Amino acid sequence: MADRSFEVSRLPGFAFTAVTVFLALYLPIFTLVFFSFNAGSVLSVWQGWSLRWYVEAWQNDVVKGAAMRSLLIAASASAIATTLATMAAIGTTRRRRFRGQTAIYAFINQPLMVPEIVTAVALLIFFGVIKSWTGYQGLGYLILAHSAFCVPFAYLPIRARLEGMDLSLETAAADLYASPWQAFRHVTLPLLAPGIAAGAMLAFVISLDDVVITEFVKSAGQDTLPTYMLGQLRRTLTPEVNAISTALLVLTVLLLTAFFLVNRKKD
Amino acid sequence: MSPPPRLSEAEDRQRRAATRNGWLLSAPALVLLFIAASGPLLIVLVYSFLTPGKYGDVSWEFSTSGWVGILFSRDIFDDTLKLADAHLTIFWRSVKLSLLTTAITFALGFPTAWFIATRPPKARALWLFLITIPFWTNLLIRTFAITEIIRNEGILNKVLLAIGVIAAPLRIMNTDTAVLIGMAYVYLPLMVLPLFAAIDRFDMRLLEAGYDLYASRMQVLRHVILPIVRPGIVAGSILVFVPSLGAYVTPRVLGGGKNMMIGNFIELQFGQGRNWPLGAALSIALLIVVMLAMLIYVRAATKEDTPHG
Amino acid sequence: MIKITGTAGPILSVNAAIMARDVTKAFGQGETALKALDNVSCEIRTGEFFTLLGPSGCGKTTLLRLIAGFEMPTAGQILIDGQDVTGQPPNRRAVNTVFQSYALFPHLSVAENVGFGLKMQGRPRAEIAATVREMLALVKLEALAGRRTGQLSGGQQQRVALARALAPRPKVLLLDEPLSALDLKLRKEMQVELKRLQTETGITFVFVTHDQEEALTMSDRIAVMSAGKIQQIGVPREIYTAPVNRFVADFIGETNFIPATAVPGGAKLADGTVLPAEGEGSLLIIRPEQLRLLPAAADGALPATVESVVYFGTDTHVHLALEDGTKLTARVPSPADGHSGHAPGQRIGLGFAPGAARLIRE
Repeated sequence: MADRSFEVSRLPGFAFTAVTVFLALYLPIFTLVFFSFNAGSVLSVWQGWSLRWYVEAWQNDVVKGAAMRSLLIAASASAIATTLATMAAIGTTRRRRFRGQTAIYAFINQPLMVPEIVTAVALLIFFGVIKSWTGYQGLGYLILAHSAFCVPFAYLPIRARLEGMDLSLETAAADLYASPWQAFRHVTLPLLAPGIAAGAMLAFVISLDDVVITEFVKSAGQDTLPTYMLGQLRRTLTPEVNAISTALLVLTVLLLTAFFLVNRKKD
Repeated sequence: MSPPPRLSEAEDRQRRAATRNGWLLSAPALVLLFIAASGPLLIVLVYSFLTPGKYGDVSWEFSTSGWVGILFSRDIFDDTLKLADAHLTIFWRSVKLSLLTTAITFALGFPTAWFIATRPPKARALWLFLITIPFWTNLLIRTFAITEIIRNEGILNKVLLAIGVIAAPLRIMNTDTAVLIGMAYVYLPLMVLPLFAAIDRFDMRLLEAGYDLYASRMQVLRHVILPIVRPGIVAGSILVFVPSLGAYVTPRVLGGGKNMMIGNFIELQFGQGRNWPLGAALSIALLIVVMLAMLIYVRAATKEDTPHG
Repeated sequence: MIKITGTAGPILSVNAAIMARDVTKAFGQGETALKALDNVSCEIRTGEFFTLLGPSGCGKTTLLRLIAGFEMPTAGQILIDGQDVTGQPPNRRAVNTVFQSYALFPHLSVAENVGFGLKMQGRPRAEIAATVREMLALVKLEALAGRRTGQLSGGQQQRVALARALAPRPKVLLLDEPLSALDLKLRKEMQVELKRLQTETGITFVFVTHDQEEALTMSDRIAVMSAGKIQQIGVPREIYTAPVNRFVADFIGETNFIPATAVPGGAKLADGTVLPAEGEGSLLIIRPEQLRLLPAAADGALPATVESVVYFGTDTHVHLALEDGTKLTARVPSPADGHSGHAPGQRIGLGFAPGAARLIRE
């Protein structure tokens, strides 16, 4: 007789499928990272370890420019989106329900529901008109567009954090002679800080990763790293793209790890 | 003498202040979203009813040519309308690939989500983190990573050739299959996460009850588990289907120039196609389809609250 | 209770810390509005331990929140120390609250929590430090000044909440069921502690609870509330021995109700027996411990039948039925061997301790 207890949650083939799925998810990513250290210039022919392509990418002014632009846009957009999302989250939680609250909530989350290509086309047309009216061609359009689609990503963790906070804390502060501003400054804000940090990190990652909207909104010479890579895919690929991808990947993983650590701390 | 029953002034003031502050605090975000996300959609709607300009853009004359052009094309010689087969092919490919993507991600994602949800708590957090990383990783990078596998000289072909399964490299790139593999790969986490959330809430004691009442493993799966986690299945399916339908990057990278989906077809109208009204009409049409899918999702999600039968 | 009419300025009692005048609080509007407080007036005297007692939903917490300023009344006025504060926000009111959930700031240390109110008032740093030390000594928590509040036990959190609310020296301390989260033993300790703090500081305490024993043992005066109204205000002895209506009699302790009619000198029962009783109304009440079990033939005793006997340790509950079927419970001290000597079916006579029976209104 089999000396094994009956595991109720076990289903035939599920564990095998799951492990295969995880392998399949990571195999392409590891391959990509692996070939970024290839010494040769042909993508999938291994010619020994080298940091050659990182050096080449670093010395390529176009790549460096795109990298700087990506970081600048992501930093500005996440700062703007997080600030506005924090205000909106405070406005739509921790107070008695008011008329239009649901509408505000739906409007803020709207970018999550519209296909990116549609928003991209809309911004192409709209910003095109503004560009020809004002003559301004700068990075402002990209920052504005990125800020907008980052708002819901910043809003959700901040709102979640606010809703998890004990409502009586601000009441207690008011009871102890804190003005509404003092209560916000000394109680709400410090307690909300992890949520704001999480929101800012998500917004940063989302902005850094965007391809479609950036591709449609950018003016000439305003490539970000992702649109630069998309352009490169048309030509013969070199491991340089792997090197850039790996760098972006590392940045994303670092930010996400920080996000999870910050979020775990609250429990 | 008692005062008439009314809202006292102080109470009234408090209520109005709450409403005013709520709107004031939300206003900057709403304005930003209106300028750079929702508002421009209205312009797209307007553009869909204009006449194409000669060198792109539009000329400001009312026309339904954009909307008509979705399904029909005008014959160059006798000016009659006939169904645009090329367009229909693109729509059919988009719908077909999106449905297949949804089916594949469900078939792979359900066991994965179940596996994660039945791990001990610490291991579960790690597995969940592992599924979340690809979710947040750049879509372009992930698409690019999958090309390294399925290219003619990619890992897949190398392995298959080495073990002698095939004699010549499989030509997967620039086919519908490539797009399908790519979309399943990039959207899989979108299926797993809501499924996990639903399974995580699932009361495992129900399984004991099922087995106790003589159900086999497959019967328990079919009659107990799947009906109860249905909201998660609906959520995951919508979350995969919607972005698949509007996909742009994956078909562009993996499908080559020819295997276009709606997203690429829309872009084409604003580029070489020089038919902005058609592009605008296609965008609005796509938006409507997506909204309808969302509506079905909301309906299905709220229906769970009402008793069955 | 003071009823104020007309527009002329009221004559205030000099020693009223809090006055509520015709206060109504409705939640929601129109038809669906729910009246949490219905035209309530009361006066809380300076320096007393005043308890708002009632079942959940009776409006006691609402009244407390109106005094604190967390809610605004739909009608009526709240006065603190003779000043009308009706429209003022909580941060301008010289009252502090001990919350049911304690609401300690999790990001601040124990000392920072206690000093919070003084800091918000902009007091000098040295004064804050001195007061915090004094308050922590008062609640015996000096050793934990630097701790985060999350690391404290329930009883310690309770003490921090008390110290925090007392630190700004409020005119009135409001306590919203502060002991309900503690276990029985700790609750008993804190009852004594609270009474000590109130005596030592001389601050007016307004205490909200649904626990009648807590109310009876700690309070100087009690207001019994039900359905948004104050049913009775009085000292604990008065509330227990002379309840004004069925609700108060039923809510505080256990009571036997016997239908009766008022006649000169007492109450006439259904069978015609006249018992000496004070008060007026159609309901005779008598506490179970005031019933005497006598032999069936005893002079002037009311005939009754024992239905069941339940042993409670210190005393024994004897469930009885009168001739007309009215059910009563008598509580008698258990004898040394635990056998009360009563058995179901036994016929006995009921005697009443002098002054124990009262007539009240329905």
